[in-house]
Amino acid sequence: MTTTAAATHVAGRRPRFRWQDYEGWLFISPWLLGLLLFGIIPFFASLYLSFTKYELLGAPEWIGLHNYQRLFFQDPRFWISLKVTLYYSVLAVPSGLVIAFVLALFLNADIVARAFFRTMFYLPSVTAGVATAFLWAYLLNPTNGLVNTLLSFVGIKGPGWIYSRQWAVPALVLMSWWGVGGTVVIYLAGLQAVPQHLYEAAEIDGASSWGRLLHVTIPMMSPTIFFTMVMGVIGSFQMFTTAYVVTNGGPADATLFYILYLFRHAFQNFNMGYASALAWVLFVIVLGITLGQLKLSGRWVYYEG
Amino acid sequence: MRVDSGVQTAAVRQHPAVRWRASIRFWKSKTAGRRVGLAFIYAVLIVGSIAFALPFYWMIATSFKTKMEAVMYPPKWVPIPIHFTGYERMWTAFPFARFLTNTCFITITTMIGFILTSTLVGYGFARTKFKGRDALFLVLLATMMLPPQVTMIPTFIIFRALGWINTYYPLIVPAFIGGSAFYIFLMRQFIMTLPRELDDAARIDGCNSFRIYWNILMPLSKPAIATIAVFSFVGEWNDFMGPLIYLQSQEKMTIAVGLRLFVGQFSTDLPAMMAGSFVTVLPLIVIFFLAQNYFVQGIALTGLKQ
Repeated sequence: MTTTAAATHVAGRRPRFRWQDYEGWLFISPWLLGLLLFGIIPFFASLYLSFTKYELLGAPEWIGLHNYQRLFFQDPRFWISLKVTLYYSVLAVPSGLVIAFVLALFLNADIVARAFFRTMFYLPSVTAGVATAFLWAYLLNPTNGLVNTLLSFVGIKGPGWIYSRQWAVPALVLMSWWGVGGTVVIYLAGLQAVPQHLYEAAEIDGASSWGRLLHVTIPMMSPTIFFTMVMGVIGSFQMFTTAYVVTNGGPADATLFYILYLFRHAFQNFNMGYASALAWVLFVIVLGITLGQLKLSGRWVYYEG
Repeated sequence: MRVDSGVQTAAVRQHPAVRWRASIRFWKSKTAGRRVGLAFIYAVLIVGSIAFALPFYWMIATSFKTKMEAVMYPPKWVPIPIHFTGYERMWTAFPFARFLTNTCFITITTMIGFILTSTLVGYGFARTKFKGRDALFLVLLATMMLPPQVTMIPTFIIFRALGWINTYYPLIVPAFIGGSAFYIFLMRQFIMTLPRELDDAARIDGCNSFRIYWNILMPLSKPAIATIAVFSFVGEWNDFMGPLIYLQSQEKMTIAVGLRLFVGQFSTDLPAMMAGSFVTVLPLIVIFFLAQNYFVQGIALTGLKQ
C-alpha cells in the first residue's frame, strides 16, 4: 500500500484510478482465462455430471447419488482399482524416495565424474513414456526378457512379472525405479544447499558420519523430502500410460489402476456421469492424503527460521 | 590479466586431469575406514549406472538384430553383423515420418504457448502489484496438486461441442490459454531473483511494464525460458493421454499413440518394436544431452524454496 493511496482514502475521496494497480491483471489474464475455462468451470461441471447419467447423447439426466451408490456398493472393480493403486503407491513411493536419497547422498560425496553419474541416473526419467514402457515389457518378458535371463545366470528362476497376478504391480514398481532420476536431482540440489558449518559443528561435537546423516542431513532435507513425497503420491495416483499400453489392466485386473478404470468408463464406454463420480472420488482421496501428509509433516519436517 | 599461480580458477578446477589428481590426493589423505566407504560408494554408483544404462543398450542392440536373434538364449550381447531389417519393417508398416512431423508440430507450437504464458504470467506475479495477487498465487500452487482427471471430462465435452475432436486444438490451445501452473511458478521464481533496480531504471527511462517485460526481463530470463522449453518439449513428446483421447485418424497421430498402434500389430517383432521405441526416444536423448544443465537447473528450482 502506498502512502498516497492511504492519504486520499483518509481525505474521503475515491482513490484515483491508476493504471499500475490493474495492469497486473492483464499480465496474468492468459492464466486466469485458462483457469476459468479449463479449471473452475470443468471442476464444478464434473461435480454436476457426477450426479447425472450422461452418455454424450442428449442432455445429462439427473440421478442424484445413484452413481456414488453404485460405485461404493455395487462396483467391486472400483474397489479393486483403488486397492491396486494404493498398493502401487505404497510400494513405489517410499522405495523410490529411498533409492533417490541414497543415490543423491552418494553423488554428493567427494567423487570424480559426478556429472557423468548424474547423467546416467537422470536420463531415463526424461525418456519415460510409451516407448520405454514397451522396452520394459520386453525386458520383463518371463521367457526371453533380459531381466529373467540375467537372473537365470545366477541360478534364480525369475517370476512371470507382468504376466503374473502377484508380480504385475511389483514389475511396474521396478519400472518406476528407473525413473527416480528427477528426484535424485532435486535431492542433490537440496544436499548442496545444506550449510557446511552445521557439518563442521557436528564434527567438533564428535558426531560420526552416521550421526551427521541422522541429525544434520535428514532434518535439513526434510522439507525437500516432504515435497517429493507429496508429489510422488500424487504422481503415483496418475499411473496410466504403462498400465494401459503394457498390461491393459491385466492379468485378471491385477493392474487395473484407478485412472485406467476411469479412462475406460469415460472414453471407451462414454459413461461420462459415472466417470465424473470416479474423478471426484479420486479428487477427495488425493486431497485427503495430501492434507493428511501436511498435518503429519509438523512432526518430522524441519523448517529453518 | 594473469591468474595467480597459487589460485586455481574454476575452469582449471573443472579440468578432468586436475580433478583426477585432486581426487587421488583426496583418496590418499583418507583413513582406511573412509577409503572403504568411498570404495563402496563408487561400487554402488558404477553398478547402478550400468543397471540404468542397460535398458537403453538393450533397446538399441535389439533394434539391430534379426527376429531370431532377439529371442535367442543365451542372448546375443553384441548385434554383429548389424541388421537394419527391423528399421525397414517399422518404417514401411506405419507412417512414422508422418507421426514424427505431427509430434514436432504439436511440441513446438505448445512450447511457444507455454513460453509466452509462463513469462507473461510469471512477470505478473513477480513484478506487478494488485489486490488479490498473493491469494491468486496460492490458487496457482493449489492447481498443481489437482488431479487433471477432475477437469478432464467436462473439458473433453467442451472441446467436442466446439467440433475440435480429431484436431490439434485441444492439445495446443490450453498452452496459450492457461499455460502450465508449474512453468508459471518456475518463471515467477526466476524473475524474483532478477534485481528490481533494472525495472526502476527502465521505468525512469520511460519504459512501461510491457516493455520492461519484453525488452529487459525476457532477455535476462533466457536460462529459465530454455528450461521451460526443454521441459515442455519432453512433456509434450511423451504425452500419451491427450493425443489418445483427442486424435482419431492415423494421419493425425503423434509418435506416442502411433507407436502403440504399431506395437499392437507387431508385438512379436521385437527388433521392429525396439527400432520404433528407439526412434521415439532418440530426440529426447539428443535434447537431453544438448540441454542437460537446463533440466538440472529447472528441477533444482522446483525442489527448493517452496
